[in-house]
Amino acid sequence: MSVATSDLPETRSSSAEKVRGSLARRHAAERRFKAIGMLAVILGLSFVAILFATVLRKGVPAFWQTTVTLPVHFDPAVVKVPPMPAPQAGQSPAAYQEELTAWRTMLAGANWGRLIENALLAELPPEAASRRRDVQRLVTSSERFRLRDMVERDPGIIGQTVTVTLLADANVDIWMKGNVDRSLSDAQLALNPEQRRYVDILNERGLIQQSFAKALFLNVDSRSSPASAGLAGAFVGSLFMMLIVIVLSVPIGVAAAIYLEEFAPKNRLTDLIEININNLAAVPSIVFGLLGAAVFINWIGLPLSAPLVGGLVLTLMTLPTIIITTRATLRAIPPSIRSAAVGLGASRVQTVAHHVLPLALPGILTGTIIGVAQALGETAPLLLIGMSAFVASVPATPLDQSTALPVQIYLWQGNELRNFFEGRTSAAIIVLLSLMIALNALAIFLRRRFERRW
Amino acid sequence: MFDASAFMQGRSGTGAAGAVQAQPVTEPNITARDVSVFYGQKRALHSVSLNIPGKAVTAFIGPSGCGKSTFLRCFNRMNDTIEGARVEGAITIEGSDIYDPNLDVVELRARVGMVFQKPNPFPKSIYENVAYGPRIHGLTRSRADMDGIVEGSLRRAGLWEEVKDRLSESGTGLSGGQQQRLCIARAIAVGPDVILMDEPCSALDPIATAKIEELMDELRRNFTIVIVTHSMQQAARVSQRTAFFHLGNLVEEGPTEQIFTTPSDRRTQDYITGRFG
Repeated sequence: MSVATSDLPETRSSSAEKVRGSLARRHAAERRFKAIGMLAVILGLSFVAILFATVLRKGVPAFWQTTVTLPVHFDPAVVKVPPMPAPQAGQSPAAYQEELTAWRTMLAGANWGRLIENALLAELPPEAASRRRDVQRLVTSSERFRLRDMVERDPGIIGQTVTVTLLADANVDIWMKGNVDRSLSDAQLALNPEQRRYVDILNERGLIQQSFAKALFLNVDSRSSPASAGLAGAFVGSLFMMLIVIVLSVPIGVAAAIYLEEFAPKNRLTDLIEININNLAAVPSIVFGLLGAAVFINWIGLPLSAPLVGGLVLTLMTLPTIIITTRATLRAIPPSIRSAAVGLGASRVQTVAHHVLPLALPGILTGTIIGVAQALGETAPLLLIGMSAFVASVPATPLDQSTALPVQIYLWQGNELRNFFEGRTSAAIIVLLSLMIALNALAIFLRRRFERRW
Repeated sequence: MFDASAFMQGRSGTGAAGAVQAQPVTEPNITARDVSVFYGQKRALHSVSLNIPGKAVTAFIGPSGCGKSTFLRCFNRMNDTIEGARVEGAITIEGSDIYDPNLDVVELRARVGMVFQKPNPFPKSIYENVAYGPRIHGLTRSRADMDGIVEGSLRRAGLWEEVKDRLSESGTGLSGGQQQRLCIARAIAVGPDVILMDEPCSALDPIATAKIEELMDELRRNFTIVIVTHSMQQAARVSQRTAFFHLGNLVEEGPTEQIFTTPSDRRTQDYITGRFG
């Protein structure tokens, strides 16, 4: 070796020079690559930042909503309802219930709107009395039912004056928040000049506040009373669907992955299955919606707009994700662990159940949660199974009609009351994104918590 | 072609008597007749016939890819787990044919333990590592008996004194040599007749290796040990009999002393003198 190098001093020095020459080139290439990588990361992050900034700027104010706090006099002359019936001796429970229902029907028929009008008029200049319609529309229409519910809970308040915080109409909210150009002509503004004047008067008297928008979380969607529109129905619908997805796709997906990875022989059939599972993961989600409409609704006859059907469709969509991630996790378990168990005489099932599965659990959990989070945000297939219908109730079972969070966002985004629902839409996006971030954080936590080293 | 089977059958009796001086000569524990292994179309082992005596250490040596590990894995049918592997010929352990279709491979592996090249304790506690085998085979139901099996196995593997205070700690937290002894304890906890060791020291430092070698010398009183090794010094140190494999053939087999001093085949001589390998 030493003989060879001393024989070739020229070659040695020239090769060193060559190395030095190429070194500069290599360093330049490295710097270039680094710069491109940084650029890509910055570009990606800036888009995320823009998205978050826009959503937060529009959505956060929507968590506060304009309310009017007024002393409301439950005037017996307006309500005109007899006292709540009390059970009498000798009366059958059924007869009492009937009497109670009749009383409730009477309650529902009372003119609750007039109470709100009167309360507002008491704070406004006397000439407002001639414009009752304009005054009435300052408070969102669903608040009438709240007054009725208050009386139903406690009939004793009739004749009393109670201070109530009422949700202002959506247009009042827009006006107060400055979400509309105040210099527009009267014809272009939703509130007429009198209404605007009344709002300003109420505001000057300190009766108007921005309160936390509980309605957003507690109410269902509403068309007649946009200010009280909320996410409760969509949230429960999404929750039902997530439960169905988890209950169905996790056992089926994990079992399929374990069978394919640990038990199935490697032949043409399993190759075909593998290719098709990968293909399924790439099928556009709307196609799953068509499949769901054809199979679950048309053929099996499950109801339209039901979270059950939505959950089944999303399960089909999530399965490939779970199978693929679970298989990848199983493949990453060192074969030495399997050899050790098999060498001791463990059967295949024992090897998988006692050793492989516990080690694969963090990966399976991560894959599952990411799959479920993906399903949570899916909209297109739900549109095809009728979950984009307007549903004004919280589903009590997975067979009731319902919407879902992303569908609610889609519906609000298209609402004609733009200035108001833009905020609501962004607020709903914040809720959905928070859920996603929470799920992903859970995935990371579980992975960290259960990950074992060997 | 050198006829390995004729060679070894001719001398297995006398050879064993010559090499294992202190050891009482026992009947051959494992007999292999014309064993061939195929991986798909490729033939990895060519009609190997060999007798392995009981209560002794038999070493398989040879260059990489010579089929010694493949042959070893025939004895507990680990080749069954490899897709496309096929074994021909007959192997009996204490007279029973281990490739009998009626034989349960689980039962076989309880009788033939295995220690692998890389220490592979389960990522569970030290106690659980040793207790796992007895538990799946239902050797005991009582906690006290299990404690006894675990302690006994760890003692025999020379690990008890080092780990008795931390049985609940993870087996993967031990040093490499300790992990390998834990794997040995895990194998003997099931109470096998035979222990197969596939290059058990190749991932260990010399001190850990020395401990394992001492342990093998101790264990051969109770078990039939078959070891595959790349180190000829190790084969010379620990084994009573040595078999030399080359290109899927058993070239020569006999008492270790004889193989290392007066090998009858040219290839054996070339290998042990470092001409190739």
